[in-house]
Amino acid sequence: MAMMDEQSLADLAEHVAEQLGDAVRDVGVAHGQLQMVADKDRIREVLRFLRDDPRCRFVAFTDICGVDWPEREERFEVVYHLLSPYHNARVRVKAPVAEGEAVPSVIEVFPGAEWYEREVWDMYGVFFSDHPDLRRILTDYGFSGHPLRKDFPVTGHVEVRYDEDLKRVIYEPVNLQQAWREFDFLSPWKGEPPVLPGDEKATDEEAGA
Amino acid sequence: MRKNGDKPILIMPGEAESAVSATAAHRASLVGINDALADKGFITTTTDDIINWARTGSLMWMTFGLACCAVEMMQAAMPRYDMERFGFAPRASPRQSDVIIVAGTLTNKMAPAIRKVYDQMPDPKWVISMGSCANGGGYYHYSYSVVRGCDRVLPVDIYVPGCPPSAEALMYGILLLQRKIRRTGTIER
Repeated sequence: MAMMDEQSLADLAEHVAEQLGDAVRDVGVAHGQLQMVADKDRIREVLRFLRDDPRCRFVAFTDICGVDWPEREERFEVVYHLLSPYHNARVRVKAPVAEGEAVPSVIEVFPGAEWYEREVWDMYGVFFSDHPDLRRILTDYGFSGHPLRKDFPVTGHVEVRYDEDLKRVIYEPVNLQQAWREFDFLSPWKGEPPVLPGDEKATDEEAGA
Repeated sequence: MRKNGDKPILIMPGEAESAVSATAAHRASLVGINDALADKGFITTTTDDIINWARTGSLMWMTFGLACCAVEMMQAAMPRYDMERFGFAPRASPRQSDVIIVAGTLTNKMAPAIRKVYDQMPDPKWVISMGSCANGGGYYHYSYSVVRGCDRVLPVDIYVPGCPPSAEALMYGILLLQRKIRRTGTIER
């Protein structure tokens, strides 16, 4: 089946905007994909509609990811990705959330969201209410901080080594034996900075949209 | 030792490497051993030699694949490179292995686990650190979650460089480990 063309995507966007009312805003098409910004408190309602509406049928849950925008008032963004195998279309739902606020868990709509929500909690510290088991999922036991926040230092706070006296692996504050290096990918032998592959995709009006 | 008809053949120390470094002198020594056996029915050697021969000829390795290096490690064990011709066979149990190959990125979360596996191995035991990540953190050297070299946790004998090292490189590391065992091997460790 062919991908949805621009016109039918635009029609679908109009349909979704009409049906969901003020639960969503900025419904449109970006990067050949349906995209909308949802009110985080009504995210369940939005996802349930996208799953059940016969013109949508976004039944396959793909991913949840987080984004950190330190300069924004609502600092974080939780992004839900869904796929409709019936219409060969994908949708991207963004839910802005401020630091310390909670997003309702969408496990009752998509049970597969459980570990993704744990991951977003682990990496960004976005809290999900009504989650049955909101533990860290990837980082070390006893880890402190949320590593994908922009203000988290890349080298972290602790490092491990085996202690011969205690006969176990211990944690110590980070002490870099090799000085920090900034990798800028610039060649000292070439005059002008090269254009990196993929740069042409990032234009001003789309960045942060 | 193998039986070939009624003629006994002894595989001597160093014969493990014969596939790659057989020399005329080496062959001559094997012929000499064979003749001595045919003539007298026995040969004499030192305990050190025979113990080192036994150790280097049957190194069971603990598989510790952590990342893409593990694929090259498997490749080295597969028929094309076939590490078993050096008596170097995979053994997925620390309590029955002699060598641990740390193949891949060692994270902070994994560090206590790898040390526990190493502690469970019986002496004498050796460690091969395979690839940039295990050698010194590699690509992830400045990361918050990666150990900057598995030698912070284990005493490493052989470092195999590469990202990932090719199967040949790993095999060269194994031959170097056998040479190290022959050079430094003692009964106590």
